[in-house]
Amino acid sequence: MSFEWIIRIATENWPLFLRGAGITLLIAIIGTIIGAFIGLVIGVIRTIPEPERGLKKILLKVTNFILACYIEFFRGTPMMVQAMVIYYGSALAFGVDIDKLWAAIIIVSINTGAYMAEIVRGGIISIDKGQFEAAHAIGMNHFQTMTTIVLPQAIRNILPATGNEFIINIKDTSVLNVIAVSELFFTTNSIAGSNFRYFEAFSIACLLYLVMTFTVTRILRYMERKLDGPETYTMNQMQV
Amino acid sequence: MEKIIDVKHLSKSFGENVVLRDINFSVHKGEVVCIIGSSGSGKSTLLRCVNLLETPSGGEIIYKGENILDDKHNVYKYRQKLGMVFQQFNLFNNFNVLKNCTIGPMKLLKRSKEEAEAIAMKYLKLVGMEQFINAKPRQLSGGQKQRVAIARALSMEPDVMLFDEPTSALDPEMVGEVLKVMKELANSGLTMLVVTHEMDFAKEVSDRVVFMDQGVIAEEGPPEQIFNNPHQERTKEFLKRILRR
Repeated sequence: MSFEWIIRIATENWPLFLRGAGITLLIAIIGTIIGAFIGLVIGVIRTIPEPERGLKKILLKVTNFILACYIEFFRGTPMMVQAMVIYYGSALAFGVDIDKLWAAIIIVSINTGAYMAEIVRGGIISIDKGQFEAAHAIGMNHFQTMTTIVLPQAIRNILPATGNEFIINIKDTSVLNVIAVSELFFTTNSIAGSNFRYFEAFSIACLLYLVMTFTVTRILRYMERKLDGPETYTMNQMQV
Repeated sequence: MEKIIDVKHLSKSFGENVVLRDINFSVHKGEVVCIIGSSGSGKSTLLRCVNLLETPSGGEIIYKGENILDDKHNVYKYRQKLGMVFQQFNLFNNFNVLKNCTIGPMKLLKRSKEEAEAIAMKYLKLVGMEQFINAKPRQLSGGQKQRVAIARALSMEPDVMLFDEPTSALDPEMVGEVLKVMKELANSGLTMLVVTHEMDFAKEVSDRVVFMDQGVIAEEGPPEQIFNNPHQERTKEFLKRILRR
């Protein structure tokens, strides 16, 4: 009976499953955070208004071109292939054998960064032009306008898309089994291989993935509501 | 009287499209100047050129004796001296009413929180919005938003207030509350430059009226002249059109 096997595999291997899930979550969390940070920086650079002349204009053009290449490359190729190229490539090119976990985190980060760069750019250009103008009109420069007025609003707006990226990352770490990172898929595969109970072992993995993504979704919804603040406001009766 | 802003031979074009041609006018301390004219006459562009939200294509803008179009002039410091009120309010959506009024003074004028809040409360009281300091912009009506926007600009304690059609986006019943605040400000001796379609306001409050037509100043003078005894044919036609409505 497969149900009994599920119980048996779970009770016998739960530390391994939890460890695998933990590694998966670790890669996804750090990868999403670093990726979001990369995306934020690139998104901000790509929305700098073009200076009218001089060295700054050329510098910005070159930077934007390099960033566009980065985005196109990492959005345009599968993460599984990137993992192979980066992990084995770095060994070949520099003779360094990077730790598998670090390799995984780096790959997820730069991959997420490429997607987040476009999400952030979209978030920034969706902010009403009037917000920029009002900030400029009271004397803020571009940097102050971005950090105090535009980015707080843009970040709130891109939170759902960022949550999406996080969930995708939790699931997509499974492709990193190709470089033998002991995340949940890889762990499950080895557990299943030891007793040839693939359906049962992967049913457990399936449930674990679902628990992780569902929890993350709830946490992000909570954060969104928190950021929105209360729906009502209190009248100020104080006489100052 | 001291000239605060002196615009000389100002021009502005967007590509091939010439919007302003050889504009000359000045604003003196304590003066209320209204700019009137039909849509597309360039009056909003002129106002936006004055605080450099649009970069003029040519000419000079002299602020207290200095040409602020010089490359070496600090645009940001200059803008701090001009309060701007927009047609679409443009309150900072991520801040509540009080923070909208204190963010500029704290961040740019380096005022302490207490000091900035005291000043902000003074002006929020003036516009009658002191009870709403905890509200977010999305929770306010148009008229309330515009009054907060006025308080926000005043909180920077500017030399001149610029108003860009401040009542044009409001429901008719909310126009009154905003105009009332603006009248009080005008009577308090504040220097104001107002682009408006409210002819009664211009007639009643302004010291001088500038009539613009097709990118040039067609006529300029005291309100009695412009509204009762216009010299130019174009001014007469405009007033006939607008007052018939």
